[in-house]
Amino acid sequence: MMRSLSISPDKCTGCLQCEMACSYENEGVFNPSRSRIKVFSFEREGRHVPYTCTQCSDAWCRNACPTEAIGINAATGAKEVNEGLCVGCKVCTIACPFGTINYNHATGKVIKCDLCGGDPACAKACPTQAIVYVDADWTGYDRMRNWAERTDNQSTAQA
Amino acid sequence: MGWHKKILRVNLTNGSCQAEPLNMEWAAEYLGQRGLATKYLLEEIDPKIDPLSPDNKLIFATGPLTGTAASTSARYSVITKGPLTGAIACSNSGGYFGAELKFAGWDMIIFEGKAAAPVYLYVNDDEVELLPAADLWGKSVWETDEILHKRHQDPLLRVSAIGVSGEQGVLYACIVNDLHRAAGRSGVGTVMGSKNLKAIAVRGGKGVRVKDPARFMKAVGEKKQILAENAVTGQGLPTYGTQVLMNVINEVGALPTHNARDVQFNGASDISGEAMHQPRGKENKPNLVTNQACFGCTIACGRISRIDKGHYTVTNRPGYWGASGGLEYEAAWALGAATGVNDLDALTFANFICNEQGYDPITFGSTLGAAMELYEMGVITDADTGGVALKFGSAEALTKMAEQVGKGEEFGKILGLGSKRMCEKYGHPELSMTVKGQEFPAYDPRGIQGMGLTYATSNRGACHLRSYTVASEILGIPEKTDPLATEGKAGLVKAFQDATAAVDSTGLCLFTTFAWSLDDFQPQVDAACDGDWSLERLSEVGERIWNMERQFNLAAGFTGKDDTLPKRLRKDAAKTGPALGKVNGLKEMLPEYYQLRGWDEGGVPTAETLQRLGL
Ligand code: SF4
Ligand code: SF4
Repeated sequence: MMRSLSISPDKCTGCLQCEMACSYENEGVFNPSRSRIKVFSFEREGRHVPYTCTQCSDAWCRNACPTEAIGINAATGAKEVNEGLCVGCKVCTIACPFGTINYNHATGKVIKCDLCGGDPACAKACPTQAIVYVDADWTGYDRMRNWAERTDNQSTAQA
Repeated sequence: MGWHKKILRVNLTNGSCQAEPLNMEWAAEYLGQRGLATKYLLEEIDPKIDPLSPDNKLIFATGPLTGTAASTSARYSVITKGPLTGAIACSNSGGYFGAELKFAGWDMIIFEGKAAAPVYLYVNDDEVELLPAADLWGKSVWETDEILHKRHQDPLLRVSAIGVSGEQGVLYACIVNDLHRAAGRSGVGTVMGSKNLKAIAVRGGKGVRVKDPARFMKAVGEKKQILAENAVTGQGLPTYGTQVLMNVINEVGALPTHNARDVQFNGASDISGEAMHQPRGKENKPNLVTNQACFGCTIACGRISRIDKGHYTVTNRPGYWGASGGLEYEAAWALGAATGVNDLDALTFANFICNEQGYDPITFGSTLGAAMELYEMGVITDADTGGVALKFGSAEALTKMAEQVGKGEEFGKILGLGSKRMCEKYGHPELSMTVKGQEFPAYDPRGIQGMGLTYATSNRGACHLRSYTVASEILGIPEKTDPLATEGKAGLVKAFQDATAAVDSTGLCLFTTFAWSLDDFQPQVDAACDGDWSLERLSEVGERIWNMERQFNLAAGFTGKDDTLPKRLRKDAAKTGPALGKVNGLKEMLPEYYQLRGWDEGGVPTAETLQRLGL
């Protein structure tokens, strides 16, 4: 089954376990400044919104890359950066409308979410299930179910 | 690892910022944060100095697990000599600032001396600079936070700052980070103000490494699971925050009310965690917007609240219409029960002001309660208060005084002294609900006997966070004891004090101890830190820290006579509830406590005890 990350901001508490898990998985260090997922706090509204690459089908970053450094992982569908080919030109960071591919000055390459090869660390670390890794064709399932639950079939039955 | 093994020493007098190696011999004996910074302070200052003089030092200290994947890895502490008490001050805060400091590569910052003019410290990994803060002086914590983010064009900057109260010498000013998380007690913010230090702005890109990552991640995962499955840390705290306690403590007759004249408050349910969920007011929405976590925390007890737009406190004041840090239990008690006010929005407003201007709601609420009693007696009059009727139950009095203390002006100047100095000034020292100069918090020792010994012996003045025997006496964690009995409490208090001192030195949050005991910390500490960290060693570190803090206080001039409680708690019996007719039995517990501690009858550690602990 093809899976994708599904994010529910209303469940997020802003703990940043996901950012730590991401940096640990990718760089072996607890370092949110190297995380591929970012949690945004809108203080005055009391909202936290985790945000990362959505793995577009026809990916802007990939189309823009002059060295074909961004490939597709056939198993996961992730758009992955081949560090051997990336020259750090940053054209992809301009092309991506969502800002989720970024330059890393420490390596001179770009970094982005690669779904950890099919077992995303952020989803495993999230204590509230604000990030889950689910059937790519059914990311709306839980929300659908919640609305279904509210549907009043009692009165329909009586009518 | 765990530690970066590097500290930053900032001399405010001559403007120098120096890196130096962390003393790893001390780290092996005191672990980090609370323990290790207290060791530095004790070695570097004379405990007799005036806490507001340039001779005092101010230490921001992380623990070895701060900034790691361990749950609740947000914590840092501020250690100094406290101006409210004259005792060791050690105030712990969460939010994101502590972890960021660690990510920047620093275990600790030691501030010494005093700047000639206001400054703030900017830290971006190894780039460290003292910058002028003349334009920030007079600004609130919230304004300072906003200005610094704009000035450095860095939305990821984390800021810790004092507000106007800390500049104005309110004796219980806090240091507030991330807008509403505070190193709250004993006036650590007042010390910061006395040094002309307005803020610290940190950005960290180095991250944190641990000794054995695989073993660490395994331990961390198991321990997170325990927190998730526990009724308190998995359900009670995320849903109601620490406010889960308001109705519980009121029912057991241990909610100090009206300056501790009563032990139950008939408005308790109006200001409880449950009430925060109820739609109310003009907008018909609940006070609580959401819960929020500190960095790394899988519990998320934090409250984010909004004041109803129809409430008198925010009419035409859109600055207070947004969501911000809401009431936790101690604040709700102090601003509410201690003053007899049951208006949830008024309490929330006062709490916002405490965060915005940086001062401790516990000491403020308790001091206001004492002032209200003095007003009722006719000792404090309208001439003193500028015409504000300081009546028990008056929301207007609460919110007006909150603003005056925030600015350190008008009657706020008097309230800013704390209740001990204020009550002495008005000739009624017996009305001050303090131990060693610090107001006790939200648990009445007549209804929870162990808390009497906790307050009397707490090294930073009355405090619940030094040995939270409420866990055992009320909640049955780790096992239930009778709250009205004094037997066995000496041992209970000692055990809680030692374990807590160790926990406060790890970088993790004390609230995990509703579900974890020291043996749950041990594998996480051992996998993260150099050396072998056995359970025995961790417990010994806790006991060593407790005795070291005691040594600081003895050297500062405290004696066993200061291990006492306000007369009201020892003489005036509880008037209602399960503790009806009870006073606190401190004198039944204290001698046994000294004995268990290995202290002499005057409360001084014996030579043998000191030797055993390597002190
Ligand atoms: S980086 Fe941007 S463009 Fe590329 S796959 Fe992700 S979202 Fe699409
Ligand atoms: S781990 Fe989950 S709850 Fe925590 S910040 Fe990330 S998305 Fe939010």
